[in-house]
Amino acid sequence: MSSPGASRRAFGRRRELALLALGLPALLLLGAVFAWPVLRLLSLSVEGGDLAQFEKAALDGLYVSVLADSLKVAAVVTAICLALAYPVALWLSRAGRVGAAIGLFALLLPFWTSVLVRTYAWLVLLGRNGVVNRALRDWGLIEAPLPLLHNMAGVLVGMVHVLLPYMVFPIYAALLRVDPDLPRAAEGLGASSWRAFRRITFPLSLAGVSAGCALVFVLSLGFFITPALLGGGRVIMISMLIEQQVREFLDWPFAAALSTVLLIVTLAIYGLIGRLTRGGRLETA
Amino acid sequence: MELSIKGIVRRFGPVTALGGIDLDVAEGEFLTILGPSGSGKTTLLKTVAGFEIPDEGAVLLGGQDITLTPPRKRDVGMVFQNYALFPHMTVAGNVAFPLEMRGLKRDEIRRRVEEALRLVELDGFAGRLPRQLSGGQQQRVALARAVVFGPGLLLLDEPFGALDRKLREGLQLEVRRLQRRLRLTTLFITHDQEEALIMSDRIAVMDRGRIEQVGAPSDVYARPATRFVADFLGESNLLDGNLAGGAVRMDGFGPVPLPGQPPGPVTLLVRPEAIRLAGAAEAAPCRGRGRVVETIFLGLSAKLRVRMEDGPEVLARVPLRPSMPPPAGEGEWLAVGFSPEDAHVVPRG
Repeated sequence: MSSPGASRRAFGRRRELALLALGLPALLLLGAVFAWPVLRLLSLSVEGGDLAQFEKAALDGLYVSVLADSLKVAAVVTAICLALAYPVALWLSRAGRVGAAIGLFALLLPFWTSVLVRTYAWLVLLGRNGVVNRALRDWGLIEAPLPLLHNMAGVLVGMVHVLLPYMVFPIYAALLRVDPDLPRAAEGLGASSWRAFRRITFPLSLAGVSAGCALVFVLSLGFFITPALLGGGRVIMISMLIEQQVREFLDWPFAAALSTVLLIVTLAIYGLIGRLTRGGRLETA
Repeated sequence: MELSIKGIVRRFGPVTALGGIDLDVAEGEFLTILGPSGSGKTTLLKTVAGFEIPDEGAVLLGGQDITLTPPRKRDVGMVFQNYALFPHMTVAGNVAFPLEMRGLKRDEIRRRVEEALRLVELDGFAGRLPRQLSGGQQQRVALARAVVFGPGLLLLDEPFGALDRKLREGLQLEVRRLQRRLRLTTLFITHDQEEALIMSDRIAVMDRGRIEQVGAPSDVYARPATRFVADFLGESNLLDGNLAGGAVRMDGFGPVPLPGQPPGPVTLLVRPEAIRLAGAAEAAPCRGRGRVVETIFLGLSAKLRVRMEDGPEVLARVPLRPSMPPPAGEGEWLAVGFSPEDAHVVPRG
């Protein structure tokens, strides 16, 4: 008795359901081994029925200042990554097929080695008698070894190294989508190549910049291995405090509260970056 | 300004994209470069715009050698194939761009942007983004942006390719009117021969990196200099024959009188509209008989493919009216003829 339109809509719904069914195994897996445990952990923070755990975190100056430090480290890492990654992405997007293949391969290479191994490698390189210090001394550039390890410098080097590809790829992808005729047209209309870049290419790549920044910032905020190993206890990230609560004090509810705070801050920053660069995103859509 | 292209050669590895191009465009002239894809016409345009540096030769604009001048200093407005509008800027922002680059004052920029948008009948669209416009409107924005700074030369790179037929015809005439009004020296690139015939003062036909012929549209159409031009521009019957004793002998037709030419093998061009069929052919001096292979209905006219008796296949185009049905159906025999004045001798080369 249904009209042809209704049966067509039913057909469309059936197709949607079929697609959903294909994605179901992955969704179930994610739900069972990721979403559910995370929710369980987060719910621990309000187990007592009140916000006592959050109160404890807010009143103890340590946690607030560590969170602030973590945000600062994440911001600095993001800024360094952006400054280093943009030129690389620009070069990749304009390199020929061979150049781009080699460049992308070089960028992907570190992904085949675990973060742990790469961080230990930095210990060897940056130590008092490490490769860097010895080379500098041999060349007579320094007298005493530079303190490169167990401080902020070491942490930044290690984190930028690990996170750089996460900045390069989104920017590279955004630059590839910019029609090469656009900067060309700008130059034909009287712009120098620098102005053509500033007025045309760069604004059109902002979507990639924002995606890269969001990715790197969020990943840095929760970074654990690299600051723990290269910071030598002098650079404390919020993730290290959470780990301490779980492993040493077995205070799961408090660790859950700190995790909740980290999650909320992360989501807020993610939303903020998205909002700030929404213009850019719309324009390349 | 007048444009002068002298002996331009451009090679890409073993491929010669431009094999010595000489071309002059007079002040205020609309010259079309017509050629199939891969003929080198886009490379030539890029050379004039400054995006390509030629291996040999020179480009002169207004008497000045600009061969090595960077694009931004060339005083050339260009409309790209896909318009290349800046997607993150409004219509007004796009049109203002070349003026900003030239450091004009804000009031002056606003005045000239308004004027340019009025010129292309887009006043009221200043605040829109390019993606909020139709293809035809985008094309007009690109045009406004290319002429707003009063360039000495306008380059159009197949600007109508992406538009549907009806819109295209309207815009072609509009661009032509605008070009005449501004007296803009214009180099126009297309592979569409109809477009070239409609718009140009002169046409330069290009093939494989060389210019085959330059001339007024009617001239190039009626008297093509080479077989390629005859074939590429409009539809054609190219009939091979042998000239002896003041007449051409060829398969399928009676002898065609052709005085004052040296004897030897010749090729005759007869346009389909010059071919006469059935009753109309009886009076034609050069006649033969053929069988209709195919009839194609075109609305105002019909095209007939006719296989000549012991001869080549010819294409004829006859007008259609209710009182004038097609002269014969498929498979039927009929008389085919033309008059020698409608035949043009295509030089063999």
